[in-house]
Amino acid sequence: MPKHGQELIARLEDEALKIRRHLIRMIYQAGSGHPGGSLSATDVIAALYFHVLNVDPENPSWEDRDRFVLSKGHACPAWYAALAERGFFPIEELDTLRKIGSRLQGHPDMRKTPGVEASTGSEGQGLSVGIGIALAAKLDRRSHRVYVMVGDGENDCGQTWEAAMAASFFKLDNLCAIVDRNLMQLDGPTKHIMSLEPLADKWKAFGWKVLEIDGHNFKEILKAFDKAESVKGEPTVIIARTLKGKGVSFMEGAVGFHGKAPNEEEYEQAMVELGGEP
Amino acid sequence: MNYGAWKKESQRTFWARALLELGRERKDIVVLSADLSTSVKTSVFAEEFPERHFNVGIAEQNMMSIAAGLAASGKTVFASTFAAFGTGRVYDQIRQSIAYPELNVKIVATHAGITVGGDGATHQIVEDIALMRALPNMTVVVPADAPETYLAIRAVADYVGPVYLRMGRVDVPTIASVEDDFELGKATVLRDGDDVTLIGTGVMVSRCLVAADELTKEGIDARVLNMSTIKPLDRDALIKAARDTRAVVTAEEHSVIVGMGAAVAMDLAESAHVPMKRVGIPDVFGESGDSDELMEKYGLTAENIIEATHDVMRRKGGAL
Repeated sequence: MPKHGQELIARLEDEALKIRRHLIRMIYQAGSGHPGGSLSATDVIAALYFHVLNVDPENPSWEDRDRFVLSKGHACPAWYAALAERGFFPIEELDTLRKIGSRLQGHPDMRKTPGVEASTGSEGQGLSVGIGIALAAKLDRRSHRVYVMVGDGENDCGQTWEAAMAASFFKLDNLCAIVDRNLMQLDGPTKHIMSLEPLADKWKAFGWKVLEIDGHNFKEILKAFDKAESVKGEPTVIIARTLKGKGVSFMEGAVGFHGKAPNEEEYEQAMVELGGEP
Repeated sequence: MNYGAWKKESQRTFWARALLELGRERKDIVVLSADLSTSVKTSVFAEEFPERHFNVGIAEQNMMSIAAGLAASGKTVFASTFAAFGTGRVYDQIRQSIAYPELNVKIVATHAGITVGGDGATHQIVEDIALMRALPNMTVVVPADAPETYLAIRAVADYVGPVYLRMGRVDVPTIASVEDDFELGKATVLRDGDDVTLIGTGVMVSRCLVAADELTKEGIDARVLNMSTIKPLDRDALIKAARDTRAVVTAEEHSVIVGMGAAVAMDLAESAHVPMKRVGIPDVFGESGDSDELMEKYGLTAENIIEATHDVMRRKGGAL
């Protein structure tokens, strides 16, 4: 029997679909937000929260929990939806996204939202925060792991590479980065804005174990996380090839939905495509 | 003016001593450096506790966000570099990774202000207090001398939350003792007087004391306040001094338009309308030179404080 059986895959696919429906509704109701990068990140986030991460929604600050940092903070609707579905806070609260007084800020606020491990939004800082968490785990001889999702555009940031250099120098094998390689950033295709290739070679040159996968294929996602956990003496980066806007036809590969909410018609069509009730 | 009679000591040496003691007493103390560990003296801690010291190289952005991650995991983090690189270069990292989530990171900056000397304007940050003072959740501390630096480091280690602590490169006149009390957020009256209040911070506190002695000869009785915590500003001590003496002079080794003097002026404008004058660096960049010569050229001497006192005393007389 394969390690990641059909039942598990089907459950993760179901959770991912729920997350996609939530985040489209949340962004539609908020009237602003970032659907494209949230949808591309959804499958990896679903795999993390419904299989990989050892977390306790009843005790979000449990010291031995695995940590997830969303360095591309603008994709937080996907993160919030996963946290709510996992039981960190009530699902109804998702509809307060970006509204005054809400615990669900437009970009992640670790002081407000249960389960959010780092405040992010200004790009390029999350991997460094993850290094700090991973160093603390090593100092305390704790065995929990640290996962950081880095946006494709964050490969532009100098600090991402400062962090990449330091993580391998400090031999942080308890740290796993995931690049949400959706090939897009706000202004357009990454290859037109700031060319990143050969990206895998860059990470390799910075001392990382590099795994390249289809970021929408749960078998590949789970296999990569297993592999990352077995790597010793160096950090692992999973370059997850994804599709911006994945799951909603007119958002797929559309740069226009980087940071724009759907209108009513678009919302209804998106919900139909995602098998939900508008 | 002669500072020769004063014993001069290194703030950096006292900071290193306090940090080493803290390292011995508390396992949660972790220290970060950015290729300046020998200059900022975190090397002293690193020698005894290599496993709790991380040198990230010339990568201050990385250092500040790593500090945040360590603090989020329960560590009390001291991140140390030169003031120019520990504030302006990393303002966004401090803002988002540290101040916004209110994490327990102490940024200890050395080589602040023009007393840096020969390295020139690139290294002589004169607006770091302004940057840090503007950040919500941030506490800003500028000790007056080496013993107070020691006490302030001990105090900020006990306080939970982000702190910016600033000191200079050169040895400074010692006015306090490590036996003294230091309370975060409290100004101390170093000398009582009824005619004018001289409010100093950092290296300028000793200059205020020298100026006060000279003013006595003219029959002016000056109170001297050491404003070693700039944020939160000790408004009670400030307003009491303004009401008691009806004239205020501030002195700082920092740009006058955005530093401690500006903070004092804002508070006074809203609470006690008394004549005031700010002594500090005008709205300009510094330059290379000997520290003392630079202090003279940029108007940071006891004479400058005395001149400013004459100005506020004239206006206090009613001739506004």
